[in-house]
Amino acid sequence: MFKGITYTASLFTIIVLFGIIATLFSEGLPILKHVNIKDFLTSPNWHPTHFPADFGILSLIVGSLVVTAGALIIAIPLGLGSAIYISEIAGTRSKEIIKPIIELLAGIPSVVYGLFGMAFLSPFLIKVFGIPTGLNAFSASIVLGVMVVPIISSMSEDALSTVPRNLREASFALGATRWETIVQIVLPAARSGVVGSIMLGFGRAIGETMVVIMIAGGAAQIPKSIFQPVRPMTAAIASEMGETVIGSPHFHALFGIAIVLFFITFITNLITEFVFLKKRK
Amino acid sequence: MTKRELKQFLGVNALRFFIAVTAIFLILFLYVIISKGGKMISWSFLTESPKKYMTEGGIFPAIVGTFWLTIISIGISLPLGVFTAIYMVSYGKPAWFVRSVRIAINTLAGVPSIIYGLFGLTVFVQLMKLDVSILAGSLTLAILALPVMINASEEALRSVPQDFREASLALGATERQTILRVLLPTALPNILTGTIISIGRVAGETAPILFTAATFYTRRLPTSVMDEVMVLPYHIYALMTEGAHADKQVPIAYGTAVVLLALVLLVSTIAIIIRYNIRKKRKW
Repeated sequence: MFKGITYTASLFTIIVLFGIIATLFSEGLPILKHVNIKDFLTSPNWHPTHFPADFGILSLIVGSLVVTAGALIIAIPLGLGSAIYISEIAGTRSKEIIKPIIELLAGIPSVVYGLFGMAFLSPFLIKVFGIPTGLNAFSASIVLGVMVVPIISSMSEDALSTVPRNLREASFALGATRWETIVQIVLPAARSGVVGSIMLGFGRAIGETMVVIMIAGGAAQIPKSIFQPVRPMTAAIASEMGETVIGSPHFHALFGIAIVLFFITFITNLITEFVFLKKRK
Repeated sequence: MTKRELKQFLGVNALRFFIAVTAIFLILFLYVIISKGGKMISWSFLTESPKKYMTEGGIFPAIVGTFWLTIISIGISLPLGVFTAIYMVSYGKPAWFVRSVRIAINTLAGVPSIIYGLFGLTVFVQLMKLDVSILAGSLTLAILALPVMINASEEALRSVPQDFREASLALGATERQTILRVLLPTALPNILTGTIISIGRVAGETAPILFTAATFYTRRLPTSVMDEVMVLPYHIYALMTEGAHADKQVPIAYGTAVVLLALVLLVSTIAIIIRYNIRKKRKW
């Protein structure tokens, strides 16, 4: 009886996963009646409310990728840098200061980051760079990057701390400096965990909704510079779902975007799981 | 200074620089939010309903909404998470099943929150006809919190030494008695910590409740779980993106952000304190 309850609860997680996949496909695939799959994925024209409507999501995919790449460019040095510092250089005292700072960053709700970007960062960037709008791929990347820092930092730190001590000692004994030891011994030994942390950060950034819906600007276009507004996939789904008629082509198109998004995060997860984390064990 | 020493000097200081940038951002961030939102906080801001299309008044309905959504969703995901963790730790057979559950949990953990929102919209709002309501939103958030809850409970159960379990079985206790009277009570503080961390996450989520629970403006409080509600995070989003009086809405958004931040940080501080006390008291 008791075992049965716990078994059912475990089964529930599998059911939920299949439920999510089934929902996405049953509501998303009907869009292919209105547009062929090649145009859906490769046309940059997203005009779902025009007549006739255009359902090309390339500019949304590019929007997501640009913002995510920008976020990682910021988050990798900051996150990995603090992980290396905490694990290899900092004394106990500075560790006790730095780690809570990073944990604090992880706990801040994304909508508050969005508020900060919209109400403070955007006007600030307009002043500094003299650009027409502060809501663009650049500002979204900055805020998203800071959000990803704790993920990369905490997981990389785990990976670095599992590198055996005697590897470092052997390196010092051979006369290597601390920096040489970090770059040539510790980082290569922790490589799989570090790459895994970056992939996790990628998945987190590409799936984040509130920050990009509030800060990325919202224009469905392939940006010519990072200071142009973009409309990432998550922003399109979240902002347009409220205005669509249930069962309309636009509604199905938004679920179609969700299928693409799900696949990107699913494959990222799979690679992390099987290639990188397995190796470590 | 040799070239090698120079490299060491530059490298280590680059790391210091990266940490400084992160810390400065955090300080600036907190300063902006607290300085602009702090002055909004007053007793009436916390206890009154919004007035004049969100340009005046307080955020009480949003606080109530967040409270109910969080409590109900945790109330659903906590037992589910603990039961799943018990199965994974104590029974753990057949191996293929446990492996499938593990893959499902890891996949669910990586699913973007907006997709949970779509799932909630299709299954809870439309299929089960719950409409946009506290219940539909809570169920959606419960599923979102499930992977974190399972992982935290599993870790807590695994940290109970094997001896405890064997001692209980050796005294003639059944498997079920061992789980309920030895394993769970010992793991409880750690499960509690995991639960509190989930509360912080759930309270701050916006995307999953956009189409399942949240409404921009209501002056009355919810009377049943079938009502739609105002919620703190959604309130911030709505104030920033809807309505026509930005000059009056932005300060309210900052004020709401301070309340939400205080709530989330308070909750995670409690979790850290509990964890610290457990580590200090633990004798094994």
